[in-house]
Amino acid sequence: MSDLTIVRGKQTAAQKILAFFGKGFVNFLLVFVAIFWLVPSVGLFISSLRTVGDSASTGWWTVFTTPAQLTVDNYVNLLSNTAITGSFWNTIMIAVPTTVLVVVIGALAGYAFAWLQFPGRDWLLIVVIVLLAVPIQVALIPLARMFGALGIFGSVLSVILFHIAFGLPFAIFLLRNFFMQVPAELLEAARIDGASDWRIFVQVILPLGGPAIASLAIFQFLWTWNDMLVALIFTNSGSQPLTVAIQSQLRQFGSNIDVLSSGAFLSMIVPLIVFFAFQRYFVQALLAGSQK
Amino acid sequence: MGASRRRMFLIALGFLAPALVLLAGLVLYPILYTVVRSFFSAEGGAFVGWDNYVTMFTNDSTFTAIRNNVIWVLVAPVACTVLGLLFAVLLEKIKWSTAFKLIIFMPMAISMLAAGVIFRGMFQESPNLGVVNAAAVAVNSAFGGGDAAYPGATPRGDSGLIDDSGILAGETAVTAGSEQNFPLVGLRADDVPTSAAQAEDAASAGADQITGTVWLDVVVGGDGTVGQIDDGKSGLPGIKIDAVAADGTIASTTKTDAAGRYVLDDLGKEAYRIALPASNFDEGYQGVSWLSSGLITAVIILSYIWIWAGFAMVMIASGLSAIDRSLQEAARMDGANEWKVFSRITAPLLSPVLIVVFVTLIINVLKIFDLVYVIPPGSSKPAANVIAVEMWTVSFGGGSNQGLGSALAILLLILVLPSMIINVRKFREERKS
Repeated sequence: MSDLTIVRGKQTAAQKILAFFGKGFVNFLLVFVAIFWLVPSVGLFISSLRTVGDSASTGWWTVFTTPAQLTVDNYVNLLSNTAITGSFWNTIMIAVPTTVLVVVIGALAGYAFAWLQFPGRDWLLIVVIVLLAVPIQVALIPLARMFGALGIFGSVLSVILFHIAFGLPFAIFLLRNFFMQVPAELLEAARIDGASDWRIFVQVILPLGGPAIASLAIFQFLWTWNDMLVALIFTNSGSQPLTVAIQSQLRQFGSNIDVLSSGAFLSMIVPLIVFFAFQRYFVQALLAGSQK
Repeated sequence: MGASRRRMFLIALGFLAPALVLLAGLVLYPILYTVVRSFFSAEGGAFVGWDNYVTMFTNDSTFTAIRNNVIWVLVAPVACTVLGLLFAVLLEKIKWSTAFKLIIFMPMAISMLAAGVIFRGMFQESPNLGVVNAAAVAVNSAFGGGDAAYPGATPRGDSGLIDDSGILAGETAVTAGSEQNFPLVGLRADDVPTSAAQAEDAASAGADQITGTVWLDVVVGGDGTVGQIDDGKSGLPGIKIDAVAADGTIASTTKTDAAGRYVLDDLGKEAYRIALPASNFDEGYQGVSWLSSGLITAVIILSYIWIWAGFAMVMIASGLSAIDRSLQEAARMDGANEWKVFSRITAPLLSPVLIVVFVTLIINVLKIFDLVYVIPPGSSKPAANVIAVEMWTVSFGGGSNQGLGSALAILLLILVLPSMIINVRKFREERKS
């Protein structure tokens, strides 16, 4: 550290000026980039606060000169639109059970892969790793048939089952890696005390794996909440989530801009809250190796 | 011993059973089914061999989809990784790095549908509605490209003027020394620029001149005489005027002043038609047709970068923070400049992270669906097509050819195979160490 101070002390005045302007330039550049990145979301939000008529004749940026055009009418209409409120409810009915079940089933399997000895363990794990990158497209046609035969095609349940199946490889892989970091002495001690594997799982692994489970839960929740493709195929007008309800308005972009902008923003609110509240865990899930 | 091993096996099975059943039934079985299905006809009745795979590369719309996927894979992962790397490196030099990270990373949290709605709105063609073209028009006029534009202007009837496919001209030719006035109507009031002043009579013409005035022959409020320059009528500045000789050559050209007056100089003895070229009356520069077939893929890739550059940045930034800084400090003390420190030390140390980011993005880009489904308007959907969208279209979105759909799904699976192999290799290496 002292070396460092000496080096700094040797800086000439010219270098200092250069460094200062370098920093100023970087700051300037990144402010510019940040504004660039914010404009799309801000534009959508402002659009959602304007009437269809205003949106058809002028751009959202005119609110800065004529703020009187702002109105919450679109949101009032949206909340009295039963198709939208129903689909909001469907989104929750899909995302919450999926998240819970992926975490529970993934944690059970993750524990087995991390701490139990059984024949073929490594091979099974390799299968799981291979499945990490499987595109969901390969299952769309057969599962549509299978769910049709089971009589659940078009229901919320079919979407939940699909998301669980395709969420599991990542869940198992992530939780296995985290669970393996639990110190072996803790498990040994519990075994000596006569604890069963179930008790070890519930009383040792789950509490210590809290952050990992939170990471997975947030990742899976956002993934399911934001899905459109699976729901587009497996739901009908009674079970469709927000994403599908909103995309059906796209055909007339201009005349439906009120529903589209406020609906899109409504669909963003929950993920944004989750993101800002738990972004640390979300980042952790990504760092733990996302191949989805 | 045998009994306890069996007990262990049963316990493991108990923990694994729910996952194994779901993975076998809802992932593994469907993969096999789709492989087999891809060799059967549209309805599944007849075995067709490789036909679906041949169709895939010969059918126009599937071939466009495959070609676009190639463009996506070549452009999007590189762009996201490079931007992410740049942001991650620059981040370390600012004090508000947490805020910056949140802003760039935030789009990752929202659905691609919402992102699609956002970008469809931003890139709308009309500069009155789409922010990108509004900015393009503003920049264009700031750099002097903004010629006066008077869309829709037509001559006042009975004023001796004709509208010849957009060119406004005097009905008869005039000789030097005379006057030719242009009373125009049909303009929107907000198309009259703020620089316009009260219209005024032109000075009388010299021997080699033709003069006149171009004005908006309407008084706000309704007073005034048709074809007369009254008080309250506005001159139209910046209009281009040509004196056209009988053989079609332009003998002289000028522009109107703030009061709408013009003077055409250096004319000969012959008669000239005085014409206002059509360029005065088109819409002027209106930006770019972003959502047209030619540019649509570029716009969708841009929206993808908006979402995924944050992912690359966060991954690379955490990779950077794990690097041992003493090497960089040592190099700096040896007099290496920042670029050398970055290219010789930082970048090589980062390469494992860069590879992970890059592979993840490639897998993700191959399967791209939502953005391509949402952003293009109907007319440019065929040009924007990608494999995942084509797979949906042929098997669910009206096509109902599940044989071809299965073949497209298998194509996607084959395309991600290399990254699966990389994943397994990485896992094996980690096990060894």
